[in-house]
Amino acid sequence: MTQASLPPRAGIGLKPQHFREVLETRPDIGFFEVHAENYMVDGGPFHHYLGRIRAHYALSLHGVGLSIGGEAPPDGAQLARLDALIRRYEPAAFSEHLAWSSHGQVFFNDLLPLPYDRSTLARVCDHVDRVQERLRRRMLLENPSTYLEFETSTMDEGTFLREVVRRTGCGLLLDVSNLYVSSVNHGRDARACIGELPLDAVGQIHLAGFARDRDAAGAPLLIDSHGAPVDEAVWGLYGNVLASLASPGGLPTLLERDNDVPSLPTLLAEAQRAEQLMREPAMAGPGARGRAGDCR
Amino acid sequence: MTIDDPGRQAAFAATLLAPELPCPPGLRAWNGSDPAARLAVHRNNVVSSLVDALADAFPVTQALVGREFFRAMAAVFVRRHPPRSRVLAHYGDELPDFILGFDPARPLPYLADVARLERARVCAYHAADVQPVATEAMRAALCGADDLADLRLTLHPSVSVLVSAFAIVSLWAAHQTDDDSDIAAVDPDEAESALVLRAGLDVVVILLPPGLDTFIAVLRQGAGLAEAAARAADCAVGFDPGTALSLLLQHGAITSMRSAGRDRP
Repeated sequence: MTQASLPPRAGIGLKPQHFREVLETRPDIGFFEVHAENYMVDGGPFHHYLGRIRAHYALSLHGVGLSIGGEAPPDGAQLARLDALIRRYEPAAFSEHLAWSSHGQVFFNDLLPLPYDRSTLARVCDHVDRVQERLRRRMLLENPSTYLEFETSTMDEGTFLREVVRRTGCGLLLDVSNLYVSSVNHGRDARACIGELPLDAVGQIHLAGFARDRDAAGAPLLIDSHGAPVDEAVWGLYGNVLASLASPGGLPTLLERDNDVPSLPTLLAEAQRAEQLMREPAMAGPGARGRAGDCR
Repeated sequence: MTIDDPGRQAAFAATLLAPELPCPPGLRAWNGSDPAARLAVHRNNVVSSLVDALADAFPVTQALVGREFFRAMAAVFVRRHPPRSRVLAHYGDELPDFILGFDPARPLPYLADVARLERARVCAYHAADVQPVATEAMRAALCGADDLADLRLTLHPSVSVLVSAFAIVSLWAAHQTDDDSDIAAVDPDEAESALVLRAGLDVVVILLPPGLDTFIAVLRQGAGLAEAAARAADCAVGFDPGTALSLLLQHGAITSMRSAGRDRP
């Protein structure tokens, strides 16, 4: 299963409105990321431009519809489409979410939460195994943004993810924004939560913006919106992560923006900030603290 | 399946599209607050992200009714017809028929057909890539063939024809400029048919001359040129197959031709 890996640099999502500009200006960026499902179409401009852009840049393929946490095993037709995309574009990384998005015949287009218990763990591991066997490659599994907890959960998210990584050999896509969002939403200490994760398995980092809301008791509730610049608290946490990782050269880091997408130069500037921090993690500042305490 | 509680995701899934259902059991928040307020984040994500996807795919339909009306209508549609595919480019096939039966949209009888046109545009945009035949090759085939009547054409996968009792092409075209007077000049009750296809990377919408819809439909059934032209002329007096062919050629709509068992790609 040898495969090229993403460079330890910052990357951005490839948006159709930037296709031409990317080809004309060839910005200096570590890689581009695309959502796999957007390219599961027969032909047309999406494939035209992705093929040309791929010729000049490394690619990260990010799935949003595999429903790895679903009660049903990963859909065979969806895996076949992913396999075809991987053969065609040879991405350096493939990632999906610790979440579910389909039930029965319905696709919900949202990343839905899972109880962290033994039966869910066994099921998720089985599904990750199937994906890795079918695609003949190691996948990265992303920690989710969550708003709810389940009464039946018997372990914290870090323990759950450590166990998935240990049993399946998959890597971790550490979404620092998701981690921060979840820590605020569940009254946890973000840095303690990072410490619970299998950091030696991190293959890629995601950074994104969120929106602010309140829950029924008036406590802050952060919504993972991918529609805003990266928050200062998340930049701080990112610096902490870089400083505590065993790889001094940094890690492939994606700046995610899927809603209210700004101009290409704005996205590139955010990516540059991430690369600066990769060189000097201490510049990130003191980092983020949720409620002081541990990750439970 | 989870062994301890097999219905867990089913119960959660059911509440996502049904705002009247209570929060499913077994959920909690760290501060003891009502989990329903947190579940609302997912309920909103599901419906609003799908409404956003429809708004992107049906911009003229939205412009004709206004943003607020469109989003309210689309939210009813999403709850009644959630996506069956994880590929959202495929979502929205059922929206035109839904609009036909949607009472508040009744004052705009042309709305469903405009939505059909926009759906055809999305399908054309993502249709398979097939190289069209060159005009020269086509001309040579037309001149040299003694079996012209039997010449069979294959059309580009992006090609579709929409026949409407309303001015769908003019209504659509009027929304491609910023000039409000364009839309005021359109009589929506003028019957129009549209040819939608992708020429190169661009999707084009062409007002179809009378008879061309029949010509294309008969060609698609595998009939030869002569039969297609004759049936088109039956429907539209004065139908000219030469004009029809050059329109199709000009937009790269013909991808192969064959006659008497020979292929001319």
